[in-house]
Amino acid sequence: MSQNDLNVSNLKGRKVTVHDMCLRDGMHAKREQMSIEQMVKIATALDEAGVPYIQVTHGAGLGGNSLQHGFAPHSNEEYLTAVCSAVKRTKVSVLLLPGLGTMRELQSAYDCGARSVHVATHCTEADTSPQHIAFARKLGMDSTGFLMMAHLNTPEGLAQQGKLMESYGAQTVYITDSAGYMLPADVKARVSALRDVLKAETEIGFHGHHNMGMGIANSIAAIEAGASRIDASVGGLGAGAGNTPLEAFVAVCERMGIETGCDLFKLMDMAEDIIFPLMDHIVRVDRSSLTLGFAGVYSTFLLHANRASQRFGIPARDILVELGRKKMIGGQEDMIIDTAMTMAKERGLLKDATAGVAP
Amino acid sequence: MKKIRCALIGSGNIGTDLIYKIQRSTVLEPVWMVGIDPESEGLARAREMGLKTTAAGVDGLLPHVLDDNIQIAFDATSAYVHAENSRKLNALGVMMIDLTPAAIGPLCVPPVNLREHAEKVEMNVNMISCAGQATIPIVNAVSRVQSVGYGEIVASLASKSIGPGTRANLDEFTYTTSNAIEIVGGARKGKALAIINPAEPPMMMRNTISCLTDEEPDEPRIIESVLAMIKEVQKYVPGYRLVNGPLFDGKRVTVFMEVAGLGDYLPKYAGNLDIMTAAATRTAEMFAEEILAGTIQLKPVEVAA
Repeated sequence: MSQNDLNVSNLKGRKVTVHDMCLRDGMHAKREQMSIEQMVKIATALDEAGVPYIQVTHGAGLGGNSLQHGFAPHSNEEYLTAVCSAVKRTKVSVLLLPGLGTMRELQSAYDCGARSVHVATHCTEADTSPQHIAFARKLGMDSTGFLMMAHLNTPEGLAQQGKLMESYGAQTVYITDSAGYMLPADVKARVSALRDVLKAETEIGFHGHHNMGMGIANSIAAIEAGASRIDASVGGLGAGAGNTPLEAFVAVCERMGIETGCDLFKLMDMAEDIIFPLMDHIVRVDRSSLTLGFAGVYSTFLLHANRASQRFGIPARDILVELGRKKMIGGQEDMIIDTAMTMAKERGLLKDATAGVAP
Repeated sequence: MKKIRCALIGSGNIGTDLIYKIQRSTVLEPVWMVGIDPESEGLARAREMGLKTTAAGVDGLLPHVLDDNIQIAFDATSAYVHAENSRKLNALGVMMIDLTPAAIGPLCVPPVNLREHAEKVEMNVNMISCAGQATIPIVNAVSRVQSVGYGEIVASLASKSIGPGTRANLDEFTYTTSNAIEIVGGARKGKALAIINPAEPPMMMRNTISCLTDEEPDEPRIIESVLAMIKEVQKYVPGYRLVNGPLFDGKRVTVFMEVAGLGDYLPKYAGNLDIMTAAATRTAEMFAEEILAGTIQLKPVEVAA
């Protein structure tokens, strides 16, 4: 028996639904600066390659346009309208973080053609999502509960949180490794814990980041433990060291006999011809993105930390480690500047802005 | 000295914390606590602290309003029942302080517009949200110096300090706070973001306030205005503290605040709840001072046909 046969044995014939993140998580890697033309070009190529779901919004999702998360050149509605009318088979999804996005914005995204949504909460705060998940179901959308920074909760804790999301109406529950921190055993334990408590018809998904180089291995581990939906992005275009690179993941699936329905060669061509040329920086495991994975920090913090580093003279790695120590979570990008300023004051690099002013 | 007698509706964390703050007031006296669960810890505690209680909701309080001379009521229930509570109590001449996101009355941030509401004898004022109380004074401090096209606030809150009502209705929080950044803060467009952080030990409430000014910011005047405003808020929330900023970046002005609570009933990290109860108490005190001085008089609100 060859090595290849061994790999094929246990997952052969398993069907996995892949969900591309280039046009949402990839927005982070582009500092939210993607043009409508770029989006349409990428979406069309993904559609032609048979990718069943693609996510399209500002990197922080609905309501993401802000000083906190950056302003994209277009509204979510403009991107969605353009992409939804350009694709034929693929379904378009959006991201919604309660506390940032609202049901009004979800309605508006639906009106533009979005038919699937990831309703995302921090991995311990699922109970901030009931109204949004219920509303998505009411609209008839494919509704996912998305538990972010999942390394910060235990398998048992995640099982409880997933159960809550299922009770609100989520048809899929995701383990989301926002920091790219997990190793395959961590993923397996978490997915298995969900599988034990969720209804048989509720799907489980995994969203990885490649900060420790584990995106594909973790996704396969998730499938072994019962996941049937995998988020990835062509060329790995995403926050931090990027998402699980979709074309490489599909190649591994083909070797293992896992069915994704995607055209591998078209995805490879797309990565080479469309995605790599538009990257502002090479999205890969480097000093800063590896620090994210190693310290367990939200991947989106990377570019913010690099900017704060330049402005206040504190190394990005020091800032990221401090953010990890302070247990900052996704959405707290304001605390990056705040932390850098506090560190700069402690190191004598910054005077209090109010020091020279008489109170 | 004579005090204005108050009722507290809602026996959760906010209602319980209010008892402590109102008991300390020289012009307010907590008399009734209204709940809906006879077994609730909040009602038991209220009884221990000497308040009369009912578990029959507002209807359990109504027969006693006139006999007990209740003049001000605090509503810490939910947006969905507030309108009904307010209608019933207003009809008896009781002034309502609304701590829910219902916002049927004018929005109130004490150092910005409380006096205006008291002078108009508003019978229902809304306290917006914890994030609103913590951030709108700063937006206003900038907008009173020069025009602000956009104001954005990010509130980071300890998970343990966020009750089930807020969790289940985050959109109401977002809408109410965003709207108040415009109406009370003075920004032409407002946006509010809330982050719930589960870190242990719980993090102190943090708020980042960013304003985009129309013209280049007048740095010295903005710094002076922000520091003066912080002092005003500190009069009723001593733990309201500037951590970093004002940071100037082109036309963007950013201020980083922390709010530590007094630790009455709620722990110190729950500065978000403390700033709500403190602002509500401050609001009631202003009305009470005017009532006691005879400068304003509360009148029953006739029910519209």
